[in-house]
Amino acid sequence: MLRFLLGRLGLLIPTFFGVTLVAFSFIRMLPGDPAELLAGERGISDERRAQVLGQLGFDKPLWHQYLDYITGIFHGDLGISFVSKKPVLDEFLTLFPATAELALCAIIIAICLGIPAGIFAAVKRGSIADQAIMGTALVGYSMPIFWWGLLLIILFSGTLGWTPVSGRISLMFFFPQVTGFMLIDSLLSGEKGAFLSAVSHLILPSIVLATIPMAVIARQTRSAMLEVLGEDYVRTARAKGLPPRAVIGLHALRNALIPVVTTIGLQVGVLLAGAILTETIFSWPGIGKWLVDSISRRDYFVVQGGLLLIAGIIMLVNLIVDVLYGLINPRIRYN
Amino acid sequence: MTNTSPASKADPTKLQAESRNATKAQLLEFWYYFSQNKGAVIGLVIFVLLVLMALLAPLIAPHDPDFQYRDSFLVPPFWEEGGKAAFLLGTDAVGRDMLSRLIFGARFSLFIGVVVVTIALVGGVVIGLVAGYVRGMTDTLIMRVMDIILAFPSLLLALVLVAILGPGLINAMIAIAIVLQPHFVRLTRAAVLSERTRDYVVAAKVAGAGHIRLMFKTILPNCLAPLIVQATLSFSNAILDAAALGFLGMGAQPPTPEWGTMLAEAREFILRAWWVVTFPGLAILVTVLAINLVGDGLRDALDPKLKRS
Repeated sequence: MLRFLLGRLGLLIPTFFGVTLVAFSFIRMLPGDPAELLAGERGISDERRAQVLGQLGFDKPLWHQYLDYITGIFHGDLGISFVSKKPVLDEFLTLFPATAELALCAIIIAICLGIPAGIFAAVKRGSIADQAIMGTALVGYSMPIFWWGLLLIILFSGTLGWTPVSGRISLMFFFPQVTGFMLIDSLLSGEKGAFLSAVSHLILPSIVLATIPMAVIARQTRSAMLEVLGEDYVRTARAKGLPPRAVIGLHALRNALIPVVTTIGLQVGVLLAGAILTETIFSWPGIGKWLVDSISRRDYFVVQGGLLLIAGIIMLVNLIVDVLYGLINPRIRYN
Repeated sequence: MTNTSPASKADPTKLQAESRNATKAQLLEFWYYFSQNKGAVIGLVIFVLLVLMALLAPLIAPHDPDFQYRDSFLVPPFWEEGGKAAFLLGTDAVGRDMLSRLIFGARFSLFIGVVVVTIALVGGVVIGLVAGYVRGMTDTLIMRVMDIILAFPSLLLALVLVAILGPGLINAMIAIAIVLQPHFVRLTRAAVLSERTRDYVVAAKVAGAGHIRLMFKTILPNCLAPLIVQATLSFSNAILDAAALGFLGMGAQPPTPEWGTMLAEAREFILRAWWVVTFPGLAILVTVLAINLVGDGLRDALDPKLKRS
């Protein structure tokens, strides 16, 4: 197991440095005068230009700049946002819980609906229910989620007036952040109605963000189940006279879920990309909206830092999924 | 190689006819399996209709997509109260006919799909072939670079690339092609690795085939099935990503009637005029759904494992 883990880590290190190289090159590849871009000032004097470049270390040779950049990363220094003048890492850490809460809710919805739907479709293969589930999954998979979010807003916020249009909680409530997760913080605050307000703000964005992962998980679960249901050990279990529920739950599902775990892990990238769109539509104060806003505000150190941190999260989750996969599937571990 | 074969000396025309028959039989078999999947056939029909709509846009669109009717701002579709028969699906905030814009929008979406898939496919196949065929350091280097691209969420990387290249449809397409390319590289490489030690490849090598011939004429045709399926998936992904970039203001720029850009322009009217939001998104959904249905059908028809079951 240790060798397996070390092997995975060995693959990850060059990728991580590659990712830092991408983030590093990003700022240097932007068109225009770097001093003007990074200072956020137009038509600056030569003196000021030299000062800005010197401050940012852009007057040193490239390899030296990269070395400084890497050293900075390991010291938690990802540069300073020139809009808020705060360190990029601090901003990220303040906003990340909002995205994490949204993404976690979305993946929970996706798993809780996607897996049972996939199992049901596989067990009732060819039936109308199977076709309906797979049809719905394909629609979900093809969904432009930014449009889906707008439609839900029209229906639930506009026509029915059930949910708020944007934000994380009603402005009526104010309480200190403890965990950064609004659902938990609102409960801890003890304010009446705060939790319900948080839920009503969270529900639409979570559904929107869950749509594609749910469709992918349902499709993957169905095909994995179909494969397993044809195996000899399932036939044996049936021949022994076990009730269908036991055959599916005990024998088939456990093996079918192995590839599904990988699929769920791969959804992290989908969730973070989806968060960019979902957060923009619902004005959700997370890292997705922060990055889009930063790109349009030309706050390039934020974009650079965000790129690196998001890629880092995805790589970390993929590593965890790989290890989990090795744990539940010994065949992978020993090969 | 065929020059030395006794059969070809005997009767080349007969051989050619046989090979034509074999191709025909293969196509027929493919169509048989593809048409078994009703969804795929429906998807194909919708897709063909969309292509026709895009090609004939100037003929079938009732209005100029960019013309602003100053007396008809936000006119609802004809069946709603206040709707006009001249504007079947209503007009947008500056009085342009929605239906005409949607019809012209099909051109952009299909164009984006074709260009992006072509760039990603050609680039990915060549890089993947080289990686799988040459192996060694080149292979490791190529695969690590692909890992790096895949470490970023596709939309985020596309956004950043557009920030470097500048907003616009062409730059958005280049960015999306770069983001989608690693999938083709990985698939091609995996297929080449499983094919390169097969007898027919060794035989071609022994017969004196050069590297280029081995890569492109001997190995590549036998790796096509998964690539075709991936190309269909990438086609729909490209349309979705380009629409998302347009929606975020980083893709096609107004007044281009691109569906994502139309949605971005319509956002502020969502609670007042449902049609300006609903129809462009519906157009994206139907197009992507049709292509994904075809993709599912292609996978079923081209995957020998599924055929047997």
